[in-house]
Amino acid sequence: MITIALAFAFLCFAVGLAITLWRIIVGPSSADRILALDTMVINVIAMILLYGIWLGTDVYFEAALLIAMVGFVSTVAYCRFILRGDIIE
Amino acid sequence: MLKRLFPHPLLSLTLVFIWFCLANKVTLGHLLLGGFLAIVFPIITAPYWPGRARVGHPVKLFKYFLLVMWDIVLANIDVAKIILFKKNSEIHSHWIVVPLRLTAPEAITLLAGTITMTPGTISTMLSSDASSILVHCLHTDDPDGVRDEIKSRYEDRLLEIFA
Amino acid sequence: MNIIVEIVVSLLLIGSGIFALTGAIGLVKLEDCIQRLHAPTKAATLGVGGVLVASSVYFTMKSGALSFHEILIALFILLTAPITANFISKVYIEGAKSREDLPQTGTQHGWAIYDDPPRK
Repeated sequence: MITIALAFAFLCFAVGLAITLWRIIVGPSSADRILALDTMVINVIAMILLYGIWLGTDVYFEAALLIAMVGFVSTVAYCRFILRGDIIE
Repeated sequence: MLKRLFPHPLLSLTLVFIWFCLANKVTLGHLLLGGFLAIVFPIITAPYWPGRARVGHPVKLFKYFLLVMWDIVLANIDVAKIILFKKNSEIHSHWIVVPLRLTAPEAITLLAGTITMTPGTISTMLSSDASSILVHCLHTDDPDGVRDEIKSRYEDRLLEIFA
Repeated sequence: MNIIVEIVVSLLLIGSGIFALTGAIGLVKLEDCIQRLHAPTKAATLGVGGVLVASSVYFTMKSGALSFHEILIALFILLTAPITANFISKVYIEGAKSREDLPQTGTQHGWAIYDDPPRK
């Protein structure tokens, strides 16, 4: 039963990723693109955790944690670059 | 002596907790290792933290945390309903100005975070003198009601916590 | 493994999948950028939250020892989601709004993106 639920969750997150990718390509403003990238990072974290459950191992946990951290920093860096034209002042 | 060993007790506790989470088990060895980090890191980084974070009422803060968690779940269901079942022309978005009574920077940060995570509202900016906060609401027919709810539900509690 | 645990984990996974999909649909469907900002910050966050709780329950049941390191990611996402939302909304206001489009602050000081803080 967990296998079916996992497959369903994989499908949802994958479709979500594809949709956010469309928003990155189309997105009229840069705020849209940053937002879509941030959403992609969050979805990828969830997919890595799902993969960990799928294989029954928790070695992928650290990867998810690192991607969460890098994703946050990169989103803030993009925003600061657009707001100030500089990342580290 | 105790103050020199632990310049930031809250930071030390957080470090021990994070170490336990990373190790994913609670043993004496990990407590020693985490305790070592909890003593060394605050002392090294003390010059960057001139003030000490103060929590007046930990129990009330914890209750506030539980309330916000519950509200986040409800808010998600609300927003999901709006997104899935409303037409774009039926979604009435509003900008709302919430005047603030809070003055402590930590309290304002907490309030802004809470507003962003709860029912259909996002906090965007403070005014330059930090006396009011600009909130965007996804769907409401009663902007003043939303403002009053933010004030009565969250700001009053934060005022008590950081009194 | 216990049948009740399996049901709980499955329900959590399905719920989080639906929430994540809702967030993505909102990202495409809504018209204005600031409206689109509402969808992922809320729905996607709960989506990941559900997966984290499911993972915690699953590994606790599988190994017999309490697995709580998922709290770390959950707390991290919970703390950073408002900050990224705030930054992105500032980018949006900088690009698409002028001073006249926003409501007044109610005092003589304007919004922080346009005015400097008053001197002490």
